[in-house]
Amino acid sequence: MNLAAATNESLAEMSNVLVYSAMAVYTLAFLAHIAEWVLGSRSKVGRTAAALTTPAAPKVRVRTAGQGGGTAVLDKPKVVTRSASGSRDVPDGPGAAGGDQKGDLYGRIAVSLTTLAFLVEAAAVVARALSVQRAPWGNMYEFSLTFSTVAVGAYLAFLVAGKNVRWMGLLLVTTVLLDLGVATTWLYTDSDQLVPALHSYWLWIHVSTAIFCGAVFYLGAVATLLYLFRDAYENKLASGGTPSGFARSVLERLPAAATLDKFAYRVNAAVFPLWTFTIIAGAIWAGDAWGRYWGWDAKEVWSFITWVAYAAYLHARATAGWKGRKAAYVALIAFACWLFNYYGVNIFVNSLHSYAGV
Amino acid sequence: MSDTDTTERDMAEAGEQLSTAPREDLTTGGGPTLGVIGWIRWFWRQLTSMRVALILLFLLSLGAIPGSLIPQNSVDDLKVRTFKEQHEVLAPIYDRLQLFDVYSSVWFSAIYILLFVSLIGCIVPRSRQFAGQLRGRPPAAPMRLTRLPAYTTWRTEAAPEEVREAALAMLRKRRFRAHAVDDAVAAEKGYLREVGNLVFHIALIVMLVAFAMGQLFKSEGGKLIIEGGGFANTLTQYDDFSSGSLFSTDELAPFSFTLNRFTGTYETGGPQRGTPRTFEADVTYSQGGGVRKRSVIRVNEPLEIGGSKVYLISHGYAPVVTVKDGKGVTVFRGAVPLLPIDNNITSTGVIKVMDGYRDKSGKKVQLGFPAFFVPTYAGKGQGQMFSQFPGLAFPALNLSAYQGDLRVDGGLPQNVYQLDTSKMKPFKDASGQIFKKTLIPGETMTLPQGAGSITFEKEIKEWASFKIAQQPGNGLALAGAIAAIAGLAGSLFIQRRRVWVRAVRGDASTGGLTVVEMAGLGRSESAKLPEELAELAATLHSVAPTAPEADEADERAEQ
Ligand code: HEM
Repeated sequence: MNLAAATNESLAEMSNVLVYSAMAVYTLAFLAHIAEWVLGSRSKVGRTAAALTTPAAPKVRVRTAGQGGGTAVLDKPKVVTRSASGSRDVPDGPGAAGGDQKGDLYGRIAVSLTTLAFLVEAAAVVARALSVQRAPWGNMYEFSLTFSTVAVGAYLAFLVAGKNVRWMGLLLVTTVLLDLGVATTWLYTDSDQLVPALHSYWLWIHVSTAIFCGAVFYLGAVATLLYLFRDAYENKLASGGTPSGFARSVLERLPAAATLDKFAYRVNAAVFPLWTFTIIAGAIWAGDAWGRYWGWDAKEVWSFITWVAYAAYLHARATAGWKGRKAAYVALIAFACWLFNYYGVNIFVNSLHSYAGV
Repeated sequence: MSDTDTTERDMAEAGEQLSTAPREDLTTGGGPTLGVIGWIRWFWRQLTSMRVALILLFLLSLGAIPGSLIPQNSVDDLKVRTFKEQHEVLAPIYDRLQLFDVYSSVWFSAIYILLFVSLIGCIVPRSRQFAGQLRGRPPAAPMRLTRLPAYTTWRTEAAPEEVREAALAMLRKRRFRAHAVDDAVAAEKGYLREVGNLVFHIALIVMLVAFAMGQLFKSEGGKLIIEGGGFANTLTQYDDFSSGSLFSTDELAPFSFTLNRFTGTYETGGPQRGTPRTFEADVTYSQGGGVRKRSVIRVNEPLEIGGSKVYLISHGYAPVVTVKDGKGVTVFRGAVPLLPIDNNITSTGVIKVMDGYRDKSGKKVQLGFPAFFVPTYAGKGQGQMFSQFPGLAFPALNLSAYQGDLRVDGGLPQNVYQLDTSKMKPFKDASGQIFKKTLIPGETMTLPQGAGSITFEKEIKEWASFKIAQQPGNGLALAGAIAAIAGLAGSLFIQRRRVWVRAVRGDASTGGLTVVEMAGLGRSESAKLPEELAELAATLHSVAPTAPEADEADERAEQ
């Protein structure tokens, strides 16, 4: 055995240890999120119900300018926003902690732990890449690993950008744990080199964008799913019904349906051009590797289906009678297509794509 | 009530023509009443509506599914044949439904053709409408600006005309299309969104045309070449060939090439032992009988000659064997390509001696040697005949022998890698078993009863198989694809939005000050809209600052 191979193996070993460490930290983050939700349930805020039962036109006030001694320094006029006509004017929920201080503390701890776990997982990806001396996207194990890393990274990036996304923390961490669990138990593949067919810079371009799109589409799907629940809850309140205890405790703390819907749309719409690019990059690569840029290989077919499904979603949002819940269902179907393209095609369908053998 | 009604109408007018999406008429339930022309009109309107476009998009993705689950002729016809053998009931039904040719089936074509007719029917009026919008002007400010998604107001000592003028100048400077109507300034920006959207949809059509061209005029075929062998691009030289319906053979680019050497290298140690590292085909080619040039074809790096591309598809070994008859006369000598069956290139095939061989009685018979080749042999008695490594470390060739009629002359297409034993008899050894032997290079297997011999020569050649493809329209497809992405980005990332600034002299309650109101409306809700409005307001505010007295009055009122 040569020396290089030995270092590679120890790097691969290190990557595995890092993955397990990341899972441990994600588990702690998961528990902290649970604590956040549990503690937050003690404070009954009831903002949504109040907003829906006493519909008041938003009061528009003249912004008073700040006074500063002799020379008045004038503030900017304040902009009042309101939802477009047709949608409910419901304020966003207070978040998982529900205004509870201890809950908020746990929420912050959860985010810190998630950040730590993300760094550890990212290190695992890098170690894996170094051990195989190529892009770490040669098989489903590596794909899953990078996928969850990017999803968490995107989530943290939203947090850093000051976007209100902490509400998805629990669901995200849960699914990341599931993804890593599946990856380490069923999909694990020893660190290995690529066959010549994958030796191409298109691997970096095509696969990295594919992973990125999937991870961000996933965040969109989470928001869409929560939108459906939250929307049902708001509908029930608006029509005078009493939602279940679960709904009142959990859904009440989520952002307003309109906010979730907007977030999901923005995320999906922003990624759609990149997904288009991913498919085109794949086609160019296929043209070089297999002598045809489009051959209706199973993976190509499902990329196409996913693309058309997202196009249908964007169209649905611009079509009367399809906005809102129906469009949300289309978005979920589109993401299901993406998932099937990844898991389903690799496992159930014979495809030219080289990690088809899992 | 009527108040909200007028407000709604007011709002609808403010948002009018903020996109070129076709108008949705939810109320028209029934069909038309105007006879044939009316029906045609109605049908056309339906086809070009967003709803039908949506349904067609759905159908397109649904229709694509079966092709990914059922074997396709265009992808792997061998699999289709196996499937047909295994499913006697289903296969004819699938056949009838064209499920083995989904992507060229009548129904799949119908869906996408309808979709593209719908698309064209959509683009034309939308472009016209957009041209109209470019000539028109943003609509006047709605009565109640407070109802808009983003709103701000303040009071100032500046005169209303002054404020409006400043607003107009500011908005124009920021490339809004702005004009003053009545007591307000109306402005709009982001027309590129519509341009992007139209470009995207047109690019889809361009791509479809490019695909169609490619399909109709393409040609592709495969050729297996043993080291030292060559290929000239004419129909007869192909092992297999297929082409689009408008392709004619004289469109085949005139070129030829020779495979000088094929090199495959593999990881020799560590846990990745045996993993391929490089595959290279060293070729000499010439175009139309011109100068001969050397080149290397790799996976992912096809050779482009005169509009055709030559791809390296697969490779394997071709052991060189010599067959002699009972009298010692050489009846066959050559490299026989064998097909790999695993990653370590364990290969199988048949060495066929068609003519020249006579048995002891002088009768013409044919010989067939089913062959099993491993580039790296585990050693005698080491389990089965499977290769341990893809490189030529310890090659061995396992042969058995048959004589009789190969049935190659019957005109039936025959797989060259398989032996049809229906008219052949195996040579047997002394104990009555099929005669079989494993040879290493240089060894000779002597057939029983002086029937001759076969020698596994020391020279072992490699073969490579190539795909030669010619497909016009690729450049057009790429141009369409790039335009599509650019258009899409424009369409999704550019906000089309309107801003109104109203400045009027307030009544006594405001102390006669000017009331400035600003509001923004976007095509879709956006976080940027309020931000932009705030910025605009701040700019305008520096020209027309909040009146200090109003502040105090306000504060007093609040206490
Ligand atoms: C080939 C199939 C089609 C695809 C893949 C496709 C894709 C898209 C995409 C991705 C968008 C999103 C851009 C946005 O939200 O602004 C869009 C918008 C749009 N599409 Fe299509 N489209 C197709 C066919 C059609 C057809 C047939 C029509 C006409 C009925 C149409 C009309 C529109 C309109 C009006 C918009 C703008 C919607 C808006 O302003 O929000 N499209 N299309």
